[in-house]
Amino acid sequence: MLNKNLKLNEKMFDQDVEQIPIRQGFGEGLLEEGKHNKDIVALCADLTESTKMNLFAEAFPDRFVEIGIAEQNLASVASGMAAIGKLPVISSYAMFSPGRNWEQIRTTICYNDRPVIIAGSHAGISVGPDGGTHQAIEDIAITRVIPNMIVVSPCDSIEAKKAIQALLKIGKPAYIRLAREKTPIMTTLETPFELGQSQTLWKGENPEVAIIATGALVHKALVAAKKLEEIGISVSVTNLATIKPLDEESIITLAKESGAIVTVEEHQIAGGMGSAVAECLAQYAPVPVEFVGVRDLFGQSGTPDELIEYYGMGISHIMSAVKTVIERKK
Amino acid sequence: MELNDEKILGLREISNNIRESIVEMLLSAGSGHTAGPLGMADVFTILYFHILKHDPKNIEWEERDRVVLSNGHICPVLYATMAHAGYMPVSELNTLRRFGSRLQGHPHREFMPWLETSSGPLGEGLSQAVGMAIALRIDNKKNFTYCFLGDGELNEGQNWEAIMLAGKERLGKLIVFVDRNNIQIDGNTEDIMPLNSLTAKWTAFNWHVQEVDGHNFEMINDAVGKAHTVPEQPSVIICRTIPGKGVLEFEYDYHWHGKAPNKDEAKKALEELHTLGGKIKAEHH
Repeated sequence: MLNKNLKLNEKMFDQDVEQIPIRQGFGEGLLEEGKHNKDIVALCADLTESTKMNLFAEAFPDRFVEIGIAEQNLASVASGMAAIGKLPVISSYAMFSPGRNWEQIRTTICYNDRPVIIAGSHAGISVGPDGGTHQAIEDIAITRVIPNMIVVSPCDSIEAKKAIQALLKIGKPAYIRLAREKTPIMTTLETPFELGQSQTLWKGENPEVAIIATGALVHKALVAAKKLEEIGISVSVTNLATIKPLDEESIITLAKESGAIVTVEEHQIAGGMGSAVAECLAQYAPVPVEFVGVRDLFGQSGTPDELIEYYGMGISHIMSAVKTVIERKK
Repeated sequence: MELNDEKILGLREISNNIRESIVEMLLSAGSGHTAGPLGMADVFTILYFHILKHDPKNIEWEERDRVVLSNGHICPVLYATMAHAGYMPVSELNTLRRFGSRLQGHPHREFMPWLETSSGPLGEGLSQAVGMAIALRIDNKKNFTYCFLGDGELNEGQNWEAIMLAGKERLGKLIVFVDRNNIQIDGNTEDIMPLNSLTAKWTAFNWHVQEVDGHNFEMINDAVGKAHTVPEQPSVIICRTIPGKGVLEFEYDYHWHGKAPNKDEAKKALEELHTLGGKIKAEHH
């Protein structure tokens, strides 16, 4: 059942659950923090409206820099502004930032340890009709591997707002992963949020499997958990919003309590959140793990739902992974 | 920034000392870049010993001008100049590229907090300098931002992204020095990837462009003075330099771009520089 302590949205399983794009929360959070902290500046590469940075740009035109379609410049100009004491937030599609400008992020932001926040919108395969060129499904892997970097992947718009506000308060190099599509609202304004802290949103009685999910797919994991409960399989669902630094303590506890893990993410299985979890478990609590994610393939055009199903990240796939991992426990 | 004969002789003496340090540190390291650092020694000398607003004893000073070395591989000239200016002991220069040394093969500000940025991967420095100039302008500051670029480095597309942005933003307090020495690792710049005309290119991007002899202190000084007075345009000063300047055996030869002298070569080079230094001293005193 849903964790009452977290004050989650009780309507999240309803047909008419409220749905808002995750990037919206980012835009609102940036605007909100911008009101309190004049050091915050925003830079965009010709995608101001689609990344929802327009909210900040319209309110604070003097603290917004339109870089044009030049993501490498975007990252390094931000680093230079941070060198003077600014807190820059840069936004583009995840495929181009941190995709195209990875080395600039590594050298000019992380190697310099400059507090630049990279907002990668339109991450994941659910970008849909734009096709494989625009579907960033490698971004978690390439950001979490860089020293000094924080990696956050919020599950809904409300969490995204809290996440960007928290990141702007600590001032470190960070990547925040945002999705294009409308996403069911699972949390509420009252739900606590802390960077580096995972949250178990659903807990069945003596769960046989712990599902660890990140991003918009947390909702599918929760629906899967509910359906599994109906057929007598008890699981827990943990939202791992901060992928780096990893909440190792909670992950180890989940593994020890349930004895099996399923990870769920809209990302390549190689190098993603599941890999981060597996790296931890292999060292401290080796248990069977099943990975739900993209299996070394590129995306293609389609509706988000079609693509999630085709690439094996739907509710039925999560349920199958749970059943498989239970078999492996025996 | 007034410059008289006396001051010029003083600068020549300093740049010769810096060249000697460069050869010594490269010999000690056994690897590194020779041509670029020797070629840029005069520009670095006049910047740090005559033009720049800085205080080696107060590296956090808010009023300091900012310096970004984009072509990080010529860091021996940066390290030597900064050591002679008082940022670190000159004796430390011989630790270049050694394990545990602050003098990393390419500059890292974690080891040297007086650097504004780390550098090495080409094409990234100008973007950072542009970011600094924009941020300083937001704060209504008067500081200048100086950036060093190599000419071969201009092969990197990111430079042109930054050049476009600086032109658009009319960054009057941004001044770029391009080391126009016509060489890069694989050969002469015009054979590897033709750049001419740099003046036409930068002008087209709304920059104020000047070309100078990069070994003529008066010309460099005048050009920077002029750049300071251009309010609505970023400035580029294209410095025609001789790669390997000061050591006849190294001059103009692209093979010296990325290698260090051996014992015999360094000995000969230092003899040449000592002789030149003696002459400058005799003239000076």
